[in-house]
Amino acid sequence: MVDEPLYPIAVLIDELKNDDIQLRLNSIRRLSTIARALGEERTRKELIPFLSENNDDDDEVLLAMAEELGVFIPYVGGIEFAHVLLPPLETLCTVEETCVRDKAVESLCRIGSQMRETDLVDSFVPLVKRLAGGEWFTARVSACGLFHIAYPSASETLKAELRSVFGQLCQDDMPMVRRAAATNLGKFAATMEPAHLKTDIMQIFEDLTQDDQDSVRLLAVEGCAALGKLLEPQDCVAHILPVIVNFSQDKSWRVRYMVANQLYELCEAVGPEPTKTDLVPSYVRLLRDNEAEVRIAAAGKVTKFSRILSPELAIQHILPCVKELSSDSSQHVRSALASVIMGMAPVLGKEATIEQLLPIFLSLLKDEFPDVRLNIISKLDQVNQVIGIDLLSQSLLPAIVELAEDRHWRVRLAIIEYIPLLASQLGVGFFDDKLGALCMQWLQDKVYSIRDAAANNLKRLAEEFGPDWAMQHIVPQVLDMIKNPHYLYRMTVLRAISLLAPVMGSEITCSKLLPVVVTASKDRVPNIKFNVAKVLQSLVPIVDQSI
Amino acid sequence: MNGGDEGDVAAAPPPQLDWKFSQVFGERTAGEEVQEVDIISAIEFDKSGDHLATGDRGGRVVLFERTDTKENGGSRKDLEKTDYPTSRHPEFRYKTEFQSHEPEFDYLKSLEIEEKINKIRWCQTANGALFLLSTNDKTIKFWKVQEKKIKKIASMNIDPSKVVGKSDIASSSVSSSTNSYLANGGYKDKSSTNLINDFKFPSGGIPSLRLPVVTYNETSLVPRCRRVYAHAHDYHINSISTNSDGETFISADDLRINLWNLEISNQSFNIVDVKPANMEDLTEVITCAEFHPTNCSTLAYSSSKGSIRLIDLRQSALCDKHSKLFEEQEAPGSRSFFTEIIASISDIKFGRDGRYILSRDYMTLKLWDINMDSGPVSTFQVHEHLRPRLCDLYENDSIFDKFECCLSGDGQRVATGSYSNLFRVFGCGPGSTEATTLEASKNPMRRQVQTPSRPSRSLSSITRAVRRGGGESPDANGNSFDFTTKLLHLAWHPSENSIACAAANSLYMYYS
Repeated sequence: MVDEPLYPIAVLIDELKNDDIQLRLNSIRRLSTIARALGEERTRKELIPFLSENNDDDDEVLLAMAEELGVFIPYVGGIEFAHVLLPPLETLCTVEETCVRDKAVESLCRIGSQMRETDLVDSFVPLVKRLAGGEWFTARVSACGLFHIAYPSASETLKAELRSVFGQLCQDDMPMVRRAAATNLGKFAATMEPAHLKTDIMQIFEDLTQDDQDSVRLLAVEGCAALGKLLEPQDCVAHILPVIVNFSQDKSWRVRYMVANQLYELCEAVGPEPTKTDLVPSYVRLLRDNEAEVRIAAAGKVTKFSRILSPELAIQHILPCVKELSSDSSQHVRSALASVIMGMAPVLGKEATIEQLLPIFLSLLKDEFPDVRLNIISKLDQVNQVIGIDLLSQSLLPAIVELAEDRHWRVRLAIIEYIPLLASQLGVGFFDDKLGALCMQWLQDKVYSIRDAAANNLKRLAEEFGPDWAMQHIVPQVLDMIKNPHYLYRMTVLRAISLLAPVMGSEITCSKLLPVVVTASKDRVPNIKFNVAKVLQSLVPIVDQSI
Repeated sequence: MNGGDEGDVAAAPPPQLDWKFSQVFGERTAGEEVQEVDIISAIEFDKSGDHLATGDRGGRVVLFERTDTKENGGSRKDLEKTDYPTSRHPEFRYKTEFQSHEPEFDYLKSLEIEEKINKIRWCQTANGALFLLSTNDKTIKFWKVQEKKIKKIASMNIDPSKVVGKSDIASSSVSSSTNSYLANGGYKDKSSTNLINDFKFPSGGIPSLRLPVVTYNETSLVPRCRRVYAHAHDYHINSISTNSDGETFISADDLRINLWNLEISNQSFNIVDVKPANMEDLTEVITCAEFHPTNCSTLAYSSSKGSIRLIDLRQSALCDKHSKLFEEQEAPGSRSFFTEIIASISDIKFGRDGRYILSRDYMTLKLWDINMDSGPVSTFQVHEHLRPRLCDLYENDSIFDKFECCLSGDGQRVATGSYSNLFRVFGCGPGSTEATTLEASKNPMRRQVQTPSRPSRSLSSITRAVRRGGGESPDANGNSFDFTTKLLHLAWHPSENSIACAAANSLYMYYS
């Protein structure tokens, strides 16, 4: 029997095999405690072999185990014993559940990157080869993610072998394995000598780009940018560029979608000149793609892409497309465009912006879908810098008013959240004229979330314009509403008061806000009385001791 | 048969198959009443043909495994290559069963959801564990069936029998007894955690602590539901189909087809939507959908109007436009009240190489070449003698029965079910005139010698026929047809001439 102080640990160890999965999980999560209790040597000789056999457990337990083992080096006696951790992780690399395998691979990589070079050659490389030759696809999938750790320390002959093994994985019967290989190609390539990069890896890459499974080709596209960055610009132009141009005209919209997402990074890899000649036409094609999803992806990159081009090129090639997109049939395309189009203003310069961009921008502000308008308004500060507020305010106001009264409360909520930003951009004068009334109106909205947001909005406005302004423009109106016959609206007032009080300071709170609250404590609705109590509690730190 | 390739007439058609009874599971004894929940509602072989799954109206999935190849042992790769000796025929044995779906109630729509399994599809096996998808009207589930070792644990640090006695002393340090600790489902009390963290461990470890010793005696099959794909269908799911890429599958209801990733159960993409803006304009519903066996971007779906549409997932995200349409022009003048009803396709299947699509409508089987959209390559009449009786069939709703169809692994033959527990096998190779009628019983060829008066019918079926208002009645040829015993579900073994078919609650297997 164990001594008293050891009792919790003993329980913990026993529960490694408890029938209750929660208890097993708990024990596995505290594996380091168990290891410390057993000592380094017994951890190596008993605990780790024990865990290696414990591969029949539920996936949740295995996942936790894979994670714990990744940081287990200190408990087995340091780097020199790191290799003892490989066998249990190797078995975890073969389980059916993807997340467990991924975690095991991650942990293996973490351990492998700390291991001594000789240990890597002696134990890590053989492990990779075993997995790569695994009977089931699960092992082979896991192997793909380990090459970049095993490769650098291997000898020349071993390196050649690893390259050919990886090549075989790229031609595996199972699409899952090919997908894993395609995903890890970039990582593996980064560790490889330039000479082999050009021969072996490019060959593999080309094969993958012609795979008959769309899902594999998709991942190959993702690899394009990573590979491109590894190659010399001229090699990149020679090998990657034709592929990507080809992909941008692929039959499958999902492939084109990927290209649209990756194109910008690729431009960085190939440099400005090929971008101008080859990639701009590709990009323009994607902007005019007949699949909305592709246009969405492409439209979202308009600003980034324009930024790496010269203004003339952007105006000449990209802007016409932007114009078309602003009246696209799909609202999602317009919405994607609206969220980035503001960024184009600094790129194009003031003249082009006013001449070309402003009309687009105004038409988006009048868009029939609220999302589009909201996206524009949320980036308002960027445009303000370029074209100035006067021009803006004329077209902005109707849009805001319309959004403020939108049928969907989520839209109203979104616009309320932008009001402080607008206020800071537009200035006090403009705000008083046009938006003040709206802010009060929201306090009496039918939807609670809106009333709540409106109260919050008042607080932020008060912060923005200062207590004096608030005293004049917010407080009287708010306090007036306490006479509202509906108790829910009276409650909103209380909420607003509790939020405003810290901003207004103790004097105003005492003289103006507190009396109202106190009066409300005699309300006939109990709910109001409750809330008065809550508000009073929050007011205590603000007001003087004297009261 | 009106098909056939004239150029290939020289090639001799494969010989007619001689079907023999192999096995039956859940055979009914005379007079035994069939329980509604036991009626089989789905049958599916896995890709290797080593496993067979059936689903029933009670929401259960039963798995069978092949016994005649087990002794080969060896790895999966060896198994794939092995040619089974021809003298052997596939034999299966019961492996396991599990409750896949339970009856549910949708409170928002005041709708009862039956537990009946509509379709089963096998997924990629891994590490010896079997994976399959099963669906009822609304919810798809992903199951993993795995052999688990039953473990026996010995050598604990704390003798479980003494725990109760010790807990009084222990409670000061562990904060509560081990028992309540268990009841808390693993909740780690603060005090015990702190204790462990504060504890100074000697550098050599504590020798008195032992790891539990686990011994394994036997194994058992454990089915576990890995994922549930729910709340994506407003209408009843009629089919599910896995993609050749091994990571996605589709599910189809009356108006929509959704695309899922096997690993992601909380979102799916709608790829086909035939719902009209105004439901009164609805003229056509989706009846079945299936992925191409090798081409990951092609799928086919059939409709209640008798057309099959091929769509290309590459073309656009929402595939409202088909890339190919297969439908047969109706012969002028033959229109009747029933024309549209019997044109509705109840099932489609791709052949193994993906070139042909087999479709079943109420009266016929049609084989289509996906490269020829002018009309079917061949048409097989399943039960032409019922045509004069469509009116009766309409009145007792039998005309809406959904018969499945299947192709042999080599694509040379097709099969489908009919009434009176009969099913028919047709040769579809060039020049083949094979057309066999078999009965799902221990003597499948009984119907070949058609005797006008058959005294062999068991008493039970007669009484049932009487009770159900005379479903069975002889037609003009003296053939009697029992509309209540229909053979809706059947499956062809992927590599051998072996058919599994469901007659009510019984699973019959035949080989040739």
